[in-house]
Amino acid sequence: MTEINAKGLRFKELNEKIRAAVAKGEKEITVKGVNGQYYIGDGLRGTATIALDGVPGNDLAAFMDGPTIVISGNAQDNIGNTMNSGRVVVKGSAGDVLGYGMRGGRIHVLGDVGYRVGIHMKGLKKQSPTIVVGGKAGDFFGEYMAGGVLILLGLNEKDGATLAGDYLGTGMHGGAIYIRGAVDKGFCGAEVGITEPDAEDLATIKEAVGEFCKDFGLKPEEVMKKPFKKLYPASLRPYGNLYAY
Amino acid sequence: MFKSLAPPEYLATIDTVKCIRCKRCILNCGWGVYSWGGDKVLIATSKCVKCLRCYHYCPEEAIQIHDNPTRFKANACWGYNNIRNIKRQAESGGIPLTGMGSDLPYPILFDNLLIDACQVTNPSIDPLREPMELRTYLGKKPSSVSFVDDKDGHVRLKEKMPPQIKLSMPVMFSPMSFGSISLNAQKVLAIAAKECGIVMNTGEGGLHEDLFPYRENIIVQVASGRFGVNPDYLNAGVAVEIKIGQGAKPGIGGHLPGEKIPLEVARARMIPVGTDALSPAPQHDIYSIEDLRQLIYAIKEATNYKPVSVKIAAVHNVAAIASGIVRAGADIVYLDGFRGGTGAAPTIIRDHLGIPIEHAIAAVDDRLRQEGIRNEASIIAAGGIRSSADAAKAIALGADAVAIATTALITMGCTVCGKCYTGNCSWGITTQRPELTARLDPEVYAERLINLVHAWEHELKEILGALGINAIESLRGNRERLRGVGLDTQTLDILGVKPAGR
Amino acid sequence: MNHNYQKDISGCGLTGLINKKRRRVSGSEIVKSLCLMNDRGNGLGAGYAAYGIYPDMADFYAFHVMYDDPGMRHEVEDHLRGNYHVEKTEEIPTAPVKAIHISPLLMRYFVRPLKERLAGGIGSDDYVVNTVMRINSESGGAFVFSSGKNMGTFKGVGNPADIARFFRIEEYEGYIWTAHTRFPTNTPGWWGGAHPFALLDWSIVHNGEISSYGINKRYLEMYGYKLTLLTDTEAAAYMLDLLIRRHGITVKTACQALAAPFWKRIDAMPEAEKEALTALRQTYGSALLNGPFSILFGHAKGLVGINDRIKLRPLVAATHGAFTYMASEESAIREICPKPDKVWSPRAGEPVIAELE
Ligand code: SF4
Ligand code: SF4
Repeated sequence: MTEINAKGLRFKELNEKIRAAVAKGEKEITVKGVNGQYYIGDGLRGTATIALDGVPGNDLAAFMDGPTIVISGNAQDNIGNTMNSGRVVVKGSAGDVLGYGMRGGRIHVLGDVGYRVGIHMKGLKKQSPTIVVGGKAGDFFGEYMAGGVLILLGLNEKDGATLAGDYLGTGMHGGAIYIRGAVDKGFCGAEVGITEPDAEDLATIKEAVGEFCKDFGLKPEEVMKKPFKKLYPASLRPYGNLYAY
Repeated sequence: MFKSLAPPEYLATIDTVKCIRCKRCILNCGWGVYSWGGDKVLIATSKCVKCLRCYHYCPEEAIQIHDNPTRFKANACWGYNNIRNIKRQAESGGIPLTGMGSDLPYPILFDNLLIDACQVTNPSIDPLREPMELRTYLGKKPSSVSFVDDKDGHVRLKEKMPPQIKLSMPVMFSPMSFGSISLNAQKVLAIAAKECGIVMNTGEGGLHEDLFPYRENIIVQVASGRFGVNPDYLNAGVAVEIKIGQGAKPGIGGHLPGEKIPLEVARARMIPVGTDALSPAPQHDIYSIEDLRQLIYAIKEATNYKPVSVKIAAVHNVAAIASGIVRAGADIVYLDGFRGGTGAAPTIIRDHLGIPIEHAIAAVDDRLRQEGIRNEASIIAAGGIRSSADAAKAIALGADAVAIATTALITMGCTVCGKCYTGNCSWGITTQRPELTARLDPEVYAERLINLVHAWEHELKEILGALGINAIESLRGNRERLRGVGLDTQTLDILGVKPAGR
Repeated sequence: MNHNYQKDISGCGLTGLINKKRRRVSGSEIVKSLCLMNDRGNGLGAGYAAYGIYPDMADFYAFHVMYDDPGMRHEVEDHLRGNYHVEKTEEIPTAPVKAIHISPLLMRYFVRPLKERLAGGIGSDDYVVNTVMRINSESGGAFVFSSGKNMGTFKGVGNPADIARFFRIEEYEGYIWTAHTRFPTNTPGWWGGAHPFALLDWSIVHNGEISSYGINKRYLEMYGYKLTLLTDTEAAAYMLDLLIRRHGITVKTACQALAAPFWKRIDAMPEAEKEALTALRQTYGSALLNGPFSILFGHAKGLVGINDRIKLRPLVAATHGAFTYMASEESAIREICPKPDKVWSPRAGEPVIAELE
């Protein structure tokens, strides 16, 4: 185990230290006194687990491929941008544009997330990025979604509360969004269909929720008690008729 | 009869090998170009106006309409049309009439203006997935509003707003009367206006009862002929427009020939069948600006204060005139540029009077701002709006909305042949001949017009998105996002636009 | 109404704090917070605004004036003496800083308009606005940084730490602070162009580029404002002055004009509120600041943070006891308040309003 004190370090210095530790084969890295350093774990490979104490800066885990980053408190904007694989665990809330263009791996946020989360997520059969949010989300959740899985749990919300903001899944043309609670059709993009999850969906949810609960010491059975709604792309070419040729 | 010395403009030809003698062209041509010769179709090519109805309905592609290659000797000063018009006038002694807007090559400033786009320092916005607002309210706005906070912390309005016309996008249909166009054409406009959440305008021809269901999307017009104007009529729509002038014929009244006045038109206008419906050049109760004020308030009183629009042709002093109109109490100033269309106008007037709409918008918007009264009235710009880009440029120059007419007619089949004044329109648009108007199925053609409006809506959103703004009011008067190309300093100054590169 | 202007474009970071109980804190706090976000600026401009710093002079308008051309000083002072009671004239204290080689002459005046000048029924605020507009648009060589009571702005060309040291910011104590670091993309180098921008009690820091600037400017011009800096910040400041001070609209409602809710939202509101907000948008369409922005604005009674209607620029807020913090990044707040009671990201267009008790 390596401990790094980030106090007073610029992002460049801090990232160099983290990278050096990973290169040495260190599996457990703890960083204390983080506050505002950008780009932590960007493009990082391997299987190390990095625990961050404090509020890391924007663009954490961008293009990350493998490691696990655990954040003790809140995270700022642009986390997990185009992340390829690995895991980001946020014990507080996270900001805007989380998981933009994400291609694989998992992001788990116990609290709320901001605007434009999970937008333009990609996904193939084998490589499917997953974001699970314990709280609520802002507008444009899953915008342009092309693949992967987005799950919104609203753990501390009352029954019937709306968990996502406006323009939900707007432009969606792949992937699936599962919401544990009410979905207002008026908040969804025109390209989005709403349905009940089938057995295959439930298996996906169960697996993702199980992983999520592991990170936060929650009971999956409790979480699974409330019903989910599934949002799916109603058409593969939502704007096919828009242009005249 | 003496053969005209004005050679035919077009040569209509039929490939007799391809022709299957189905006679559809004979049936379709409103101008009587074709007739049956026993074994083949005969062609009176001097009657042809190149409206292309026959071409579209010939099942065999047997028809070709050529511009007559036989021209007068080329002369840079004495152009073909100069010589031809003199010959026509010599033969008839009349004023050559014409339809649609001027076809002379005056500069079109819209084509010298380019719109900005965002790069890096501010982001463009994805118009398909993110909200993009085109909603426009036309009418007088106070310079400030007062609110009270009620107990639960919500704001309430202290004083009611003046009445507004709500448009889903800043586009509307220009006035075209029943008479100048067919009832079916008006129905196309009404259906599309309703479907698109915009408005059409009756023009000065009364309101046919078939249009009653579309009242929420209709502006009724009062012009110098006062055809069909009664309290019910005034109250029938969402606003009333006083027509002072028209871009294609500023200072000239209307003349609807008796051939275009069958029973229905006559009923709507409350005039006898087959008379000429004349709209005098001036409104005879308006000889001055204070008279206009009286008429405006008379109409407001009669309608429990519906918004009143005043339509004028863009003329040299348009800024001062518009300012007077606003001070007279108008809620909307409708500016019609000189390239605007017409059902019938003397060619000489159409082609030589007025000023382009671009200059007019800029001058009027500037003047109203200088006088601190820009909020008192909305500006509608019309007269040669050919595309959503023209619309966006007009709005950036300072208009609240644009009005389109020729564009709308083109969706109904019109090919801008310019012969609307004859009443023979083969597309069933500017005619009252029942066999011709029957061709224009309102439902079918409304679909096409709706498509057009929606396409422009998408295009406007794309333009806003590129500009990085998501509400049309941020484009309105935002000349900082326009640049001029190939314009002289003075013109740029009038438009309030910088040259490209600056 | 000249259209031949070149708009000023820049990116930036901003931060601000308020103590609702008017407990005054040293400027060193806000400096620390701002310096954390050095990456958001490029060292070509930084500035600070503070309220509560001149308690002994609270009845006078404090004019912070910058002279590029020291020769202008006599002209401006003559004008002030002719129209104002001038309580005190002094140089703004500065300290030598290595990175700042040249600086303009910086003066401050504590003034009050002469009674006879207000005879025509013009309020003293309006009178001050006219003076500021005149000096800033006509004099060339002199520029009024700020003109409010018991407040002032300190700004210049340099990075946040250097500018703070230069103006000895740590020596001031205020109950509201805002600060700004700048990333200009065109001509840098003029001290007047740094932010915060202030007029009367308004002080504004702003991040983002407003895409609707052209119409905002023309709209303000209709009401007599002269936009000389050609920055979005200046436009935002005048817009607030027009709506709040001159039109008497509340801070919250004014924010709804600047970052208007979407029609979709308004249409779904209860009737009375829908009517009110529809009227607001209809009337103030040209006041809508469209495009990316987050703004902090301080005024005599509080601090307000707001961002644009689709949240294209970041804004984080936090509270801790009587303090409210607002900044571009959470870490800038944590730097000076490690354990806030509450941290949140305001929704698009939803103002954070903190008022003095
Ligand atoms: S419509 Fe065509 S095919 Fe039919 S008669 Fe006319 S030219 Fe011949
Ligand atoms: S409406 Fe008819 S007559 Fe008029 S230009 Fe169009 S096609 Fe020709």
